[in-house]
Amino acid sequence: MLSRVAENIYWMARYIERAENTARLVMVNTNLLLDLPKGLQPGWQPIVEILGTEENYLQNNVDFTERAVLKFLIADPQSPSSILFSLQMARENARTIRDIIPREGWEQVNDLYLMAKSNSASGYTKKGRYDYLKNIILGAQTITGLLAGTMLHDIGYDFLRMGRNLERAEMTTRIIDVRSANLLEEHEGLTPYENIQWMSVLKSLTAYQMYRRTIQVRVRRKDVLKFLLKDKKFPRSFFHSLLEVKSCLQDLPRNEAAITQLNEVGKKVLRADQAILQQNELHQFIDELQLGLAQINQAITRTYFQ
Amino acid sequence: MTIRWGSYKVKGFYDELIRVAGKPRPSAEALCQYLRNLSDREIEEYKTASEMAISVMGITFTVYCEEEGSIDRAWPFDIIPRIIPKSEWTQVEKGLKQRVKALNCFIDDIYHDQNIVKAGIFPAGLLENSVNFRPQCVGIDPPGGIWAHICGSDLVRDKDGVIYVLEDNLRVPSGVSYMLENRQVMKRVFPDLFENQNILPVDDYPSKLYDMLAAISPRVIEQPEIVVLTPGIYNSAYFEHAYLAQQMGAELVEGRDLVVEKDNCVYMRTVDGLSRVDVIYRRIDDMFLDPEAFHPDSHLGVPGLMRAWKAGNVALANAPGAGVADDKVVYAFVPEFIRYYLNEEPLVRNVPTYKCVDKDDKAYVLEHIAELVVKPANESGGYGMLIGPHASVKEREQFKKLIRKDPRNYIAQPMLMLSTAPTLVNNRVEPRHLDLRPFILSSPNDAYVTTGGLTRVALRKGSIVVNSSQGGGSKDTWIVDDEGR
Repeated sequence: MLSRVAENIYWMARYIERAENTARLVMVNTNLLLDLPKGLQPGWQPIVEILGTEENYLQNNVDFTERAVLKFLIADPQSPSSILFSLQMARENARTIRDIIPREGWEQVNDLYLMAKSNSASGYTKKGRYDYLKNIILGAQTITGLLAGTMLHDIGYDFLRMGRNLERAEMTTRIIDVRSANLLEEHEGLTPYENIQWMSVLKSLTAYQMYRRTIQVRVRRKDVLKFLLKDKKFPRSFFHSLLEVKSCLQDLPRNEAAITQLNEVGKKVLRADQAILQQNELHQFIDELQLGLAQINQAITRTYFQ
Repeated sequence: MTIRWGSYKVKGFYDELIRVAGKPRPSAEALCQYLRNLSDREIEEYKTASEMAISVMGITFTVYCEEEGSIDRAWPFDIIPRIIPKSEWTQVEKGLKQRVKALNCFIDDIYHDQNIVKAGIFPAGLLENSVNFRPQCVGIDPPGGIWAHICGSDLVRDKDGVIYVLEDNLRVPSGVSYMLENRQVMKRVFPDLFENQNILPVDDYPSKLYDMLAAISPRVIEQPEIVVLTPGIYNSAYFEHAYLAQQMGAELVEGRDLVVEKDNCVYMRTVDGLSRVDVIYRRIDDMFLDPEAFHPDSHLGVPGLMRAWKAGNVALANAPGAGVADDKVVYAFVPEFIRYYLNEEPLVRNVPTYKCVDKDDKAYVLEHIAELVVKPANESGGYGMLIGPHASVKEREQFKKLIRKDPRNYIAQPMLMLSTAPTLVNNRVEPRHLDLRPFILSSPNDAYVTTGGLTRVALRKGSIVVNSSQGGGSKDTWIVDDEGR
């Protein structure tokens, strides 16, 4: 398979997953803000920071009002963090591999982009936001399912799964990070909001029911983190995503460098104990995981795309 | 009853299907009979079915438009085929092979000893001003002396019924995928017609193309690596590039997928690492092929490609420089080439051509511009030409100026009365003008001509411009074996 084609498949999948998870990110913060006590709300600035695009944001904005940040995250075509930008990139990548993916796959990518574009205004309003974001998430999942069910499961599909799962692992860490950034002073024992807040993180990842089935205790910070970072079976957990990437790499030639990087990150996340997952260290730890993912991405790029 | 052949007008032109009002030509009798028996509703159904087939099969040509979210337009297709009897086609086929053979002799001669110039048949001055002459190609020996491996020649029929060659496309001729797809559509929509008539198949083109490309591989191996080199998805013929690559099982590559290493061999970048390429069917113009040799700022090509080609490590089809014979002034000399190189008389005719570079011809053209079609030497796609009888006085004066300024760049031909064929227009048949582009493949030991070719039809009433970019459509072309009827 041509390197360019593999790269396009990989990035198409990454961008679709990124669009879906950006929608989830906006959803979780919207919900958190509703739950937090008045006067203590950190607002939308943390989201921009978490996405690492503060500098870019401040080029065209002076403050972090809800509307400005949402525009930046939903429909600003100049913003590399926006859902619309991700979908546009997914579409450009899909366009060049129309011979490889089934026709319906291309059409779905195209439709989702057009839908996201024409309805973006409703995403800014509190009333329309939930439906808008839900449709983005559903549209992205439709593409994922359609490709899983119709594309050849050859090495091209391996690149698709790798792109999707690396992006997913990364966005899961970012969504956890939102929670930590929004955190009120945490006391041992329960603040009245503690449970509810972690519950909304789980829900934004469609993880609540699965968490309950797996952990079977009430929603607690350490269990939620363990579940979202280390669970082997939950498809949006960090570790599960890594295992998916690993199984793809095992089909590919010259996979040593990438697998070595991947094992490092895997060990790191499994070793993380409760202490590291304490509030103060969490943000730092998540940074390390994200760096690890960037190194896996680099190894894949160097080996297969260059 | 929708189609009444009695009221179909054939006056003034040669019609491909109807001899005189109400009387089909022998090879078209069965078809006309069939069409006559169709009701309005059936015609509508067949038309819809063909449009569906085109849409489902994804036959498109590309017009890039960001806002519409799609860059492809459906290919305009007319369901009434154009028919040529096999006995006539056999003669055309011979003539085309003869013609392309002579063109290849000419190109090879031009890049070597230029004997034809020394013999005083072809003026040296024409080469100096040729935009498609490539000094970089002088002295190179492609396998078998073949430069134009794929040629698309445009044929037209005048009112007297004679078939002429209008031009030869030797650079990157396109359209063959539509010829193949048109037949697929017709077979889906009118299976019964194919059961009852002897219509020669066209489907073997991709395998013939593959064989030809494999035959010019520098490495003699079981399965040479053949690739189709495209400028990318924004090229108007991208559909065809992808289609031919798929049909041949060849990789569809862009310039950035290829690299020339220190050993002067071409490799493609794959997920398994570099992989050697033997033959490149390139659909990129000469000037963009290799930034080292041509346009230094081209991103479409492959740096070092010319080195690899000169070293004989990769075959390029068509060879760079083949376009030197794809020039409307050179065209005028083709009958001379056939006599000079092959010692034969041309079997298909050239349209009589006035070369403005010639003093007497120029004077004639300036005086008779209102009756002539004036064409620039190196444009294609129907751009930049003047159709004298249809032009305004102002346009004619403008062209006179252009001709005086740069006579080398212009030729003129009498206005041909292009033949017509019945075409569906609002569920009635009306005559529309058409041409035919067959494709000729040449390898060192063999030549092949498509069975028929791509019939292009000017869908606008009275128009003779058949290019898809300017309101043209196409028809399936049937070579019908009517012997023994």
